[in-house]
Amino acid sequence: MVDTMALLGRYFGVSIRAQLQYRASFLLNATGQFVNSGIEFVGLWALFDRFGHLAGWTFAEVAFFYGVVNCTFAIADALTTGFDRFGSHYVKTGDFDRLLLRPRPAALQLAGHEFALRRVGRLLQGMIVLAWATSALDIPWDAARVALLTLTVTGGIAFFVGLMVLQATLCFWTTESLEIMNVLTYGGVETAQYPLSIYHVAFRRVFTFVVPLACIGYFPVVAVLGVDDPLGTGRVFQALAPLAGVAFLGLSLVVWSVGVRRYTSTGS
Amino acid sequence: MSRLAPYTAVVSARYRNLLQYRAAAFAGFVTQLFWGSIRLMILAAFYAAAEGPQPMNMVEVVAYVWLGQALLGMLPWNTDADFKEQVTSGAVAYDLLRPLDLYGYWYARTLAFRTATTTLRAVPMVVFAMLLLPAFGLAEWALPVPSVTGLIGFLAAITAAALLSTAITVLAHISMLWTLSGEGVDRILPSFVTILSGMIVPLPLFPDWMQPFLSWQPFRGLCDVPYRIYSGNIPITEAANEIAFTLAWTVVIVWFGRFLLSRGVRRLVVQGG
Repeated sequence: MVDTMALLGRYFGVSIRAQLQYRASFLLNATGQFVNSGIEFVGLWALFDRFGHLAGWTFAEVAFFYGVVNCTFAIADALTTGFDRFGSHYVKTGDFDRLLLRPRPAALQLAGHEFALRRVGRLLQGMIVLAWATSALDIPWDAARVALLTLTVTGGIAFFVGLMVLQATLCFWTTESLEIMNVLTYGGVETAQYPLSIYHVAFRRVFTFVVPLACIGYFPVVAVLGVDDPLGTGRVFQALAPLAGVAFLGLSLVVWSVGVRRYTSTGS
Repeated sequence: MSRLAPYTAVVSARYRNLLQYRAAAFAGFVTQLFWGSIRLMILAAFYAAAEGPQPMNMVEVVAYVWLGQALLGMLPWNTDADFKEQVTSGAVAYDLLRPLDLYGYWYARTLAFRTATTTLRAVPMVVFAMLLLPAFGLAEWALPVPSVTGLIGFLAAITAAALLSTAITVLAHISMLWTLSGEGVDRILPSFVTILSGMIVPLPLFPDWMQPFLSWQPFRGLCDVPYRIYSGNIPITEAANEIAFTLAWTVVIVWFGRFLLSRGVRRLVVQGG
């Protein structure tokens, strides 16, 4: 385990040094990410400016949801470039064979494909929004809240990494990367920027029980904010919900290993 | 007519090429369906609490959101990867040898790039949002059937929008003669285009003090004008003015593109070897 983490650390170190060779490209990409996610926030602001509140939620509260999911996704996104490009870079080319020959888990090597520094743009934007929301809401940062927010972000990273692992697993059957999983990754971020309570009941169920997006966003964040959930969940459930993200990653890795066993090289 | 023939041939060849990607189109359809649903639920939740009349009613908002999802690919939010490849490989030199007006040739190519996949994606989206949603008992979320005048105005406005969108994309293509990578425009364009066209939030819902600026900028012609003519939010009597506004911006951007291209070609260093 220690050996594994050290190896991953070395992969990331190499990747970071490589990216810093192209400083202009890095800055351009990071700025682009910052502006792109910032533009969404401008839209959010415009709607609150006109309507005042969203089904009882204030601008600062929604900004808090927004900040948490964007920070979470930015980190997960940075860790999963290898899974994202799995179809085009590894399966189609047959390069996955090389990974399988090495005496380390293929999933670990894929995670080490790249540590995408450019995602710092979205992360920074999310953190600024989060900092503003925190000061506007006057959240008392006691130990319980800090612990819960840490658990939420950890569970959230596990959840989004799990989605990317599933997206890569699909490539064993389709060879080509499919943009269909974007519905759950980018669409998931879009959805989780707003409180779950505003969505149709069918969407709420799917995002709680099938794809546990609300468990790493809405439910624990409600507890951190210290407000009552209009959907009526209790604090214990809200605090434990992020564990669903970790379970989701575990399940994704099981499905992944089934896919790996099924893999036949394209042989080109 | 024969003078136009090479350009129409370029458009039709690109169309046949781009229409090959049916699986990608299906994935796009599902994504846009999801996106539209989420946006509608968010906007409906805001509207539920609205005090007093708003610049658009909910039916007009529903039309705005579905049309936006159906016609997403028509927005000038990216550049043609094949074109990028041409610039970096140096193959762009062949284009200089063709006995055609270079800007016209690139414009024709880009027009096909902008509209081919869009037509493939728009049709199922409109069928779903207009016909199937009411069948599922979700009539209030369905794309409303336009009035005859609304439809005619919309078709004219969306044609103008396609011409404007193509002109902006060609401008981005021309900028690659300087930047080579196209990475910069690809990163920055989507932000401006999505927020200023009305794709993220319908433009009339922005604060009143921003409206004078929003109503004069060119990106408005891409979504805001056609979608509001469709729903009647812009009355048909004003439609002609609005379409003229879109076309005027198109002419300005085409002129600027031609100017830049003539400068660019003079200093062009062909890559390759």
